Amino acid sequence: MLRDITLGQYYQTDSVIHRLDPRVKLTATICYIISLFIVDNVIGYIIAGLFLAMIIKLSRVPVKFMIRGMKAILFLLIIAVIFNLFLTPGEVLFSFWKLQITKEGIRLAGFMAIRLVFLIMGSSVMTLTTTPNNLTDGMEKLLGPLKRIRVPVHEISMMMSIALRFIPILLEETDKIMKAQIARGADFESGNLIKKAKSLVPLLVPLFISAFRRANDLAMAMEARCYRGGEHRTKMKPLIYQKRDRLAYGALAGYLVLCVILGKILL
Amino acid sequence: MSSLILDHVNYIYEAGTAMEFAALKDINLVINKGEFIGLIGHTGSGKSTLVQHLNGLLAPSSGNIFFDGADIHDSDFDKKRLRSKVGLVFQYPEHQLFEIDVFSDVCFGPKNLGLDRKEVELRAYAALKQVGLSDEYFYQSPFDLSGGQKRRVAIAGVLAMKPEILVLDEPTAGLDPKGRDEILDQIAKLREETGITVILVSHSMEDVAKYVSRIIVMNRGQIMFDDVPREVFSHYKELESVGLAAPQVTYIMQALKKSGLDVDTDITTIREAKTEILRALKKEPS
Ligand SMILES: Nc1ncnc2c1ncn2[C@@H]1O[C@H](COP(=O)(O)OP(=O)(O)OP(=O)(O)O)[C@@H](O)[C@H]1O
Ligand SMILES: [Mg+2]
Repeated sequence: MLRDITLGQYYQTDSVIHRLDPRVKLTATICYIISLFIVDNVIGYIIAGLFLAMIIKLSRVPVKFMIRGMKAILFLLIIAVIFNLFLTPGEVLFSFWKLQITKEGIRLAGFMAIRLVFLIMGSSVMTLTTTPNNLTDGMEKLLGPLKRIRVPVHEISMMMSIALRFIPILLEETDKIMKAQIARGADFESGNLIKKAKSLVPLLVPLFISAFRRANDLAMAMEARCYRGGEHRTKMKPLIYQKRDRLAYGALAGYLVLCVILGKILL
Repeated sequence: MSSLILDHVNYIYEAGTAMEFAALKDINLVINKGEFIGLIGHTGSGKSTLVQHLNGLLAPSSGNIFFDGADIHDSDFDKKRLRSKVGLVFQYPEHQLFEIDVFSDVCFGPKNLGLDRKEVELRAYAALKQVGLSDEYFYQSPFDLSGGQKRRVAIAGVLAMKPEILVLDEPTAGLDPKGRDEILDQIAKLREETGITVILVSHSMEDVAKYVSRIIVMNRGQIMFDDVPREVFSHYKELESVGLAAPQVTYIMQALKKSGLDVDTDITTIREAKTEILRALKKEPS
């Protein structure tokens, strides 16, 4: 059940998308998200959908994984749809009690749902195909210029990479502790809200203790290897753009142009 | 009278993904009341996966598990009762302690069974005594104890549920030799006193040879041997090929036999070996 959280989890396999430079994937994800907000007609969304489908196909990550990630935002999705559906003014189609559904509302709610789904899927593709280390390397390099205005880019990306790295470890740990307590007769499912919250104590206390222990161990290990922040550190595997990365940038540019022309201006 | 039967049990981790991994392959086992079993296997052979099936924490990908003749994954089977009957102590169980003091932590299990307070405390007290923890520690924070003491508290936490089958997943991992012997001796004593069925998971033959009456050897998710220790150790060459070893006594006896001393090579403990070697030497015309 805990494994359903795919956001921030890497899916190990070999594909073109996996091999792309993380900077390309980061840029592409950001551009993709922007494109979702630029387009506002059906053709635009069809293009965005096709683009995403193509990437997912190329990434060789089973679609099942993406869908599983969607479950986490289902609630958010429903709320967004409901709000847009009922609260958009315009030409009234149905109305009952104090609520009314307008033509514009349906359109907006539909677009909103598609946007959210594409947005989550698009960013899942990035995290599923890029190891946390790679991702933060890419981010560090992309944000590099900010160092000049004293933004601690290296430290931020180091913190992020550690945080991302620890997500699966803590999930596994949670799973283990949960099982151990269930073996002692703990019940995490039944009961009312207060009882449920109480039943989490036997899970959370060991989890926090273990998280602190791990953090402590990690700090010690980093210190023992003389880690002292970003200055003068070199990389074992520096990021260098390959031909495929340039091609990917080209494809991305093409996609954006198409989106702007067909999804915004033309229709 | 409780017994566990595993019938053609298979288990696959992450089924349907690229990381799919068959951790258990066609496991068939009958575990009878009162047995003292050693479950041995190399790292990653599937021991922990197997024991999590015994109390229904993991459900087999295919195959069935029966407790007292009832399929434990039937919808009307009471899993909570099963978990009180089959007590499972996880690897590094001290990581699951959470209460303010040792005594309350041990109370957690019996309390979950819905017993009244007096019974809960009686059981907790008895369990702590069974693992040999003295009274002075009862009201200390479990986090202030040593590794070996924490482990005892965690084992007591499961014992307090009065299981009929006690499964210990590597109860001696990370302990020094003295701590290891103490815990194993305590478990053996407990079994003698209560007649409880014990399954001891380990990757060291040496550890279990002294205690158990049956050894199940796992290799890559399959059962390789399931027999009395003597028989299992006689396959010491095959055990070596899967990263395990027979107890050193077996090697000594084999070597003695090869060099001409007429000894019985089926010996499994040092004590037996001593008598056997002395006997053989006496018989030897010098
Ligand atoms: N949650 C999991 N997800 C995926 N694979 C797993 C998971 N847990 C275990 N495995 C795999 O299943 C196999 C068996 O693991 P298991 O923990 O049962 O081994 P073990 O015999 O208990 O080993 P050890 O002596 O190290 O405790 C291992 O190869 C492991 O990589
Ligand atoms: Mg194990």
